[in-house]
Formats: sequence, structure tokens, C-alpha cells
Amino acid sequence: MHPAPSVIIFTTFSGLGFGLLIWLGLGYPSVTGWSAFAFFAIAYIMAVGGLMASTFHLGRPERAMKAFTQWRSSWLSREGICAVLALIVMALYGAGLVFFSQQWTLLGWTGALFSLLTVFTTSMIYTQLKSIPRWNQTILTPANFISLSLAGGALLAGQVTAASFLLLIAGLIQMATWLVGDTRFEQAGTDMASATQLGNIGQVRAFEPPHTGTNYLLREFVHVVGRKHAQKLRVISIILMAALPVILLLMPFSHFLALIAVVAHIAGVLVARWLFFAQAEHVVGLYYGQR
Amino acid sequence: MTILPESTDKKLGLVIDLDTCVGCHACVISCKGWNTENYGAPLSDQDAYGANPSGTFLNRVHSYEVQPAEGEAQLIHFPKSCLHCEDAPCVTVCPTGASYKRVEDGIVLVNESDCIGCGLCAWACPYGAREMDQEENVMKKCTLCVDRIYNENLPEVDRVPSCVRTCPAGARHFGDLGDPDSEVSQLVAERGGVDLMPEQGTKPVNKYLPPRPKDALPEFDVLAPFLEPVIAEPKGFLGWLDKALEKI
Ligand code: SF4
Ligand code: SF4
Repeated sequence: MHPAPSVIIFTTFSGLGFGLLIWLGLGYPSVTGWSAFAFFAIAYIMAVGGLMASTFHLGRPERAMKAFTQWRSSWLSREGICAVLALIVMALYGAGLVFFSQQWTLLGWTGALFSLLTVFTTSMIYTQLKSIPRWNQTILTPANFISLSLAGGALLAGQVTAASFLLLIAGLIQMATWLVGDTRFEQAGTDMASATQLGNIGQVRAFEPPHTGTNYLLREFVHVVGRKHAQKLRVISIILMAALPVILLLMPFSHFLALIAVVAHIAGVLVARWLFFAQAEHVVGLYYGQR
Repeated sequence: MTILPESTDKKLGLVIDLDTCVGCHACVISCKGWNTENYGAPLSDQDAYGANPSGTFLNRVHSYEVQPAEGEAQLIHFPKSCLHCEDAPCVTVCPTGASYKRVEDGIVLVNESDCIGCGLCAWACPYGAREMDQEENVMKKCTLCVDRIYNENLPEVDRVPSCVRTCPAGARHFGDLGDPDSEVSQLVAERGGVDLMPEQGTKPVNKYLPPRPKDALPEFDVLAPFLEPVIAEPKGFLGWLDKALEKI
């Protein structure tokens, strides 16, 4: 898959932003007034910024409102609805904390739930696609998105103990997602023989593509550039997203080290999300003799 | 509406004969022509006369070489367009309701004025049957020439998809695959028509007829005994002629 910057930025930052909103909704840290304002501002910049980035991916962003209509079948539609509900509920909850020093617990819990559902529905947009076997992992793909969101959120919320613990879990789930993902294409059983149904005659080879130039399908679905560095990037990603932040959190607390932990974590997740797209092979590549 | 219908009254679709397709790409061109001039946004091209031409097509013809364990390799031309799947994953993922499957005939269509160009349906289609038009930024796909097949302004012979009407080899057939007595269903039964990527669970309506087995080359040439080897040194009149010509 083509690793478009818009979707990489979207999944990374909205994941972090909604992760922070989950913690704020649950009352960690329990803040009011200006410090609450600061936390909410960071969460909204990330969550809304991520969502805005995702609209750059649209061909016709002016019609985006129509995307709220098909929640009965479409995970993308459900995601849009959850995101809007989460942002509205959390804005009310945040207003209570900032302006009235009031913690409306029920509202906070509701907002946290919708924030969690937003991350889950985002992950399902990818998980549901059988055509991209690496993503089509019923448990690991959603677990990967949710664990990273919760860990990143805890880190941003300054929950040192929870963050260290969750970062470790998220790192392990990330590695499992990669390793199992490596086997998914073969498991799915889609190959050139099943794509062309010519396998019973003999070995199938793509002889000539349908056109001399490239096309939308090849640009969007057959991305092979940079895959050869995948293993190195995985190591870099894990170190940045989990190992380094955990080490920094275990050291005596300082704002500077915490800032480095946050920056490292975000960089690690960005690398992981780049790999998420760049390494995903769409079965349509088989018609072109590629993966 | 992106909920798929439980069942459709008809299952209109194509049957493509891989044995007869000669790979001339006439269907590709007629499809591009008809669908650029008629229903919906035109199928645009980018840099059409430049160094990197690229464009939107709803039907493309691949070519494969198949090498059997023994004997000659076979070249098979392979037209591919939307298969109008019964369990179309492209429809259910659509957030706007722009993509839908018609209850009356099973055709999968995009309502272009509702499409936000998110591209998710193209991601969901395992066959590469949907392409985002780079000019209009909406999703384009085969309509089974819905603006031809019911069009009473056209002579009856033309009320079939443009590709079917154009194919000079008769490799493309159009009909109701939901009716076991239809000509297309009979053809599929007779020739052992198959689904592409059945493991993807899309239940395509379009079927592909596999190439017929090739005649094996005979062990020896039946005419060989009748052909004497050419005489290396000509004799008699031919020998005289040969020498005479040599001297000139
Ligand atoms: S071939 Fe692709 S675009 Fe056509 S109905 Fe099937 S999944 Fe949808
Ligand atoms: S590109 Fe258009 S038709 Fe396809 S899923 Fe998005 S809104 Fe629906």
C-alpha cells in the first residue's frame, strides 16, 4: 500500500489525541483550571489535527458530511460518528473542569468510552479488509491500535507507572502484529493461480501488463520501495516507541526527560505506521505478477 | 445504501471466454469510449501524449504465460473488469452510501454525486476493479453499461455492454447468471466456468471460461514419408542448368 503521509499522520496523532482524552475522561490526571486547559488543548490539537489530515486523503472533502450516514455497514462511517461524539462530550466535560472546576464523572466516562471506540473503529477500517491479508488480523490489528493509543495517552497524561507498563505491552503487541502479519499473505491462500484460475494448466507468469504506463492501482496498492529496510526500521521503531520511553520513565522524573520520552514515542509510532502501510500487500498486485 | 441486498431479482453479469480472447484490447477502447461520452464523469487521462501517460479504465486486459509441466507454454489474454460480486466488500465499506448493489439486477454502481473519494472501496476490492478518477476525484467502475442495456433509443442488438458488442472474437457474453436456463448460465455449465479468487469470499457474478486443452503435437510429421530429402548435388538437366548458370 502507498504510505500516504495523510493517513500516517492521521492514525498516529488521532490515536495519541484520543488516547489522552481517554485518560482525561477517566480523571487521570485530576486537573482543573488552566492546567486542565493545557491538557485538553494538547489532546484536541492531536485528535482534531489527525482527523483534519485524514480529510486531505479525500478526493471530495466538501462532501465529508455524507460519511456519517452509513454506520449500519461501514466502519469508516462509524469512526466518523464516534469521533464527533467523543469530541463533543469531552469538550463539555473539559469546559466543566476548566471553567467551573467541576468534574462531571459520568460525562467524562462517556467521553472516554467514545474516544476508545474511535480508536477501535479506526483499527477496524483496516482490519476488515480481506484484500490486504496483513491487516486482516481480527485480534492483533485492533489490539495494536488500542494498546498504542492507551500507552501514548498515558505518557501524555503523565501517568508514569501506567505508561511504563502499557508501553511494554504495546511494544510486545506491536512485535506480535509484525510477526503474525508476515505470515498472513500465505495463510490467506490467494496467489496467482487463484487470481487467474489458470494454475491447473501450469505455472502462471505475468507476461504483459494491460498498459505500457503505470496506473492508479499500481500507485495505490503496489508499493515496494523501502521494504528492504523493513527489519531495521522495525528495530528502530520498537526502540523509539517503547524501549527508550520506558527507560526514561524509570529514571528520576524530570520534565525534560519526559519530553524526550514523548518525542521518541511519537517518532517510533510514526515509523511503525509507515511500515504498516508500506509493508501491506494488496492481493491485486498478483494480477501484475507483484506483491 | 451500503447494506447488501439479501438477494437480487436478476444477476446480470459477463462470461469471459479465455479460450477465444485474442488480446486485441478492443473492449478496453470501446469501454473507455462509451463511458467517457455517456453516464457519469468522463474517464480522464493524465499526460496522455507525454512521457508518463496514465488514465482511468474500467476494463483492462492482462496477458499471462502459463507453462505446463510438459510441452509448450500457453499465452492467455485475460480481460478484467468489475465482477459485480454478490458479497461485494466494496459496497459495505463505503461511508457515504455512494456505492450500492441494485436489487433488481445485481449491478454494483457508484452514485458519483455522493462519493467523497475516500478510496476505501478500491482498497476493499480484491480484483482492482475500481479506479479513482484523477480529474474528477470520484470513484469509477464498470456499470455493466446500465445506460445501454435498458436503453430503448438503441437498436436491440446494441442493448448489451459496449465491450460485449465490440469484441471481434465473441469472447464476451452478457446475460442473467441467476437464471439457470439463460444462455450464459448454460455456457458456464457446459464449459466449467469459474470464479476468480474464490477464497476472498466475494461470490463474483462474472464467470471465466478456462482455456480448452490444447491439441498435443503429433509424435511425428504425418507428411514426412511423402517428402524426399532435397538432393544435395543436382544431376541430369538440373545439374547441367546449375553448372551453366554458375558459368555466366
Ligand atoms: S469486482 Fe470489486 S468493485 Fe466489483 S463488485 Fe466485486 S469487489 Fe466490488
Ligand atoms: S470512494 Fe466514494 S464510493 Fe468509494 S467508499 Fe469512498 S465514498 Fe464510497
